Parts: sequence; structure tokens; C-alpha cells
Amino acid sequence: MYYIDPHIHMVSRTTDDYETLAKMGCVVVSEPAFWAGYDRGSVDGFRDYFEQLTTFESRRAQSYGIRHYTWLCINAKEAENVSLSREVIAMIPEFLDRPGVLGIGEIGLNKNTKNEATVFLEHLDLAAKTDEQILIHTPHLEDKYQGTRMILDMLNDDRRIDPTRTLVDHVEEHTVRHVLDSGFWAGMTLYPVSKCTPARAADIVEMCGPERLLVNSAGDWGPSKPTAVPDFILEMRRRGHSESLIRRVVYENPLQFFQQSRGFDFEPPEASGATAATAI
Amino acid sequence: MISERTRLAVLEEEFLPVRAKILEIAASLDRIQRAEGEGSRDPNWLQIQSALETLLEDQAGRAERVQMLFSRPYNDQWRETHKHSTS
Ligand SMILES: [Zn+2]
Repeated sequence: MYYIDPHIHMVSRTTDDYETLAKMGCVVVSEPAFWAGYDRGSVDGFRDYFEQLTTFESRRAQSYGIRHYTWLCINAKEAENVSLSREVIAMIPEFLDRPGVLGIGEIGLNKNTKNEATVFLEHLDLAAKTDEQILIHTPHLEDKYQGTRMILDMLNDDRRIDPTRTLVDHVEEHTVRHVLDSGFWAGMTLYPVSKCTPARAADIVEMCGPERLLVNSAGDWGPSKPTAVPDFILEMRRRGHSESLIRRVVYENPLQFFQQSRGFDFEPPEASGATAATAI
Repeated sequence: MISERTRLAVLEEEFLPVRAKILEIAASLDRIQRAEGEGSRDPNWLQIQSALETLLEDQAGRAERVQMLFSRPYNDQWRETHKHSTS
């Protein structure tokens, strides 16, 4: 089964991981901008990072037949530095028309502070003015519930934000319904220690239905598993769920969401296969 | 959307994994108690006790309730609170 990993930080993964993902049926990865493992000291640090995301990373993916897409922002961890954040937000438009850019992300909250909220709102303003889609990070562990509610408050307050063009990530049992009920897309991150497991993600699909739900691996600096989406596929199959339901969550839903970005030019393998077959 | 499997089939499949997880928790609690010093009033310990009680409740939604138990409460006046904070 072809699948899409809608949230994976490939800059922190090896080229061997691309090969493994390709062998498992991954055809598209989408990589939101995030923390580099250290706080960057200047706007040029971000400019170089965006250069890496939009050029080198997509070439690395392409050599395994995977399409690489990306989202740009200054992440919540570094948003504590408001003046640097403003410089980065002012610089982002330089990159928005680059091939493979899907929108603004992953913006959000980390510790739910005033500075994080300020920078989040300024990112929303940029996305609204440039008509970009939005990908949102929600906090971990004890801060997740409060942070998710605050994020939804800010999104719902801004009439320019279209919920159908906004993805709220890292949802779990206590936040998923708040997100879906407000009309947003919701992403479940499969992560060994914090966040969700493949079995709990399958439970959530059973309880909430597949509409506007995505699964991703995060694949970042932490002890994450880049092949977590195939683990979810296996769990769903083991429970006897139909291939069409599984495919909807791991392929059709992300495809439908990404197709709303003007930077998304992916041609599904079936479509190109069908064209080739007709040509013969 | 609920899968077609019967409750007994799911129970049979989950029995060994649940047994193993309960043993892990039992051994963890023993490990904590075996160690020297105080801790029985620690908020983390009390949270664990409440979470275990939640598991024994009869109605579904335990995972969500356990999540809420380990969550900071949401304050819908957070904007006001931010207004008066310095960062
Ligand atoms: Zn991320």
C-alpha cells in the first residue's frame, strides 16, 4: 500500500531511512520546520535551514522516488525570542514560492507562554495574508490539553483562518474531538514515549471515524520510529479493517489536505501508471 | 467504524499484553516503594494512584480520563493571565 507521512523531520534522519521508507511504500513526506537541537542565533541560521529544506532534502528524497514537501516557520521552542521570531517571519516570504513549500508550520505552543502565543498569532497573520495552509504543533504531556485549547481559541478568533486548510498535529484521546469538532484536520503522531501508539491511533480511528484524521511518525531527534505509519497499517489490518479505510487515513486524507496547497504538484503513482497503460 | 471483532475475540487478543503491562506497573510501584526516603505525598505518586483508580471504573473513556488526570487544567481566561505576565 502506498502511504504518505505528513509530518516527519527528515533532516534528523539518515539516507538509509529514506531507503527503508521507500521500500515500505512511502511516496510522499512532508517536513515541517522545527527545532535544530539548539537555538539558532540569527535569522541567517533560519535562512540556511529553509535552503536545506527546499533544496537538499528534496533531492535526497527524490533519489528514492519519494516526493519531499516542506513547511516554514520559527518553531514554538525558539519563539520565546520574539524579536528573532519577527525577523524570521519577515524573511519567510522569500521562500514561499519555492517548489515543494506547502505552507506555514509547524507553528504552535510549547509551554503555553505569552511570547509563544504572540509569535503564533503573527504566524497566523502571515498565513492569512499570503493565503498559505497551516500546520500546527501542540504541546506534549501535561501541557497538551491547555495548549490545544488555547490554539483552538486563537484559530477560532481569526475569521480569516479556514479550518479545512489547517492541520492540528499531535492530537490524543483528550484533544482529538476538540480539534475535529471545530472543523480542523487532526494528526496523530505515533511516538514511543510521549504522544500516541499505533494501537491507540487505531482506537481513535474506530471511535472518531476516518474523516480529517491523519497519522504521522514525527521522526525527529527523540527516540522516534520513522516507520511508525506502516506499524499503524499493520495494526489496522490485524484488527480486520478494510484496505479502503486504512488507505483513506494513510494516503487519501493527506493527499486531499495537501492538494489545497498551491505548492503541491505530486502526481499519484496510480495516475501516472494509468496514463502509461493507456499510452501502450 | 468499530471493527467487527467480538468482545471475546478482542479480550483473548489483549489478555497477554494487558497481563504483561499490569505486571510492569506492579513491579514499578514495588521498585518505587523499595527505595529509601519519603515520596508517598509526592504529587506524581498521588497522580499515579488516581490513574489506577480510573482504570477500575466501569464505563469506557478511561484513556481520555487518564489523559485529563495528567493534564494541566484549561483556563479560558488565559488571555487575561497573559496580559498580566511579563513573558
Ligand atoms: Zn514536528
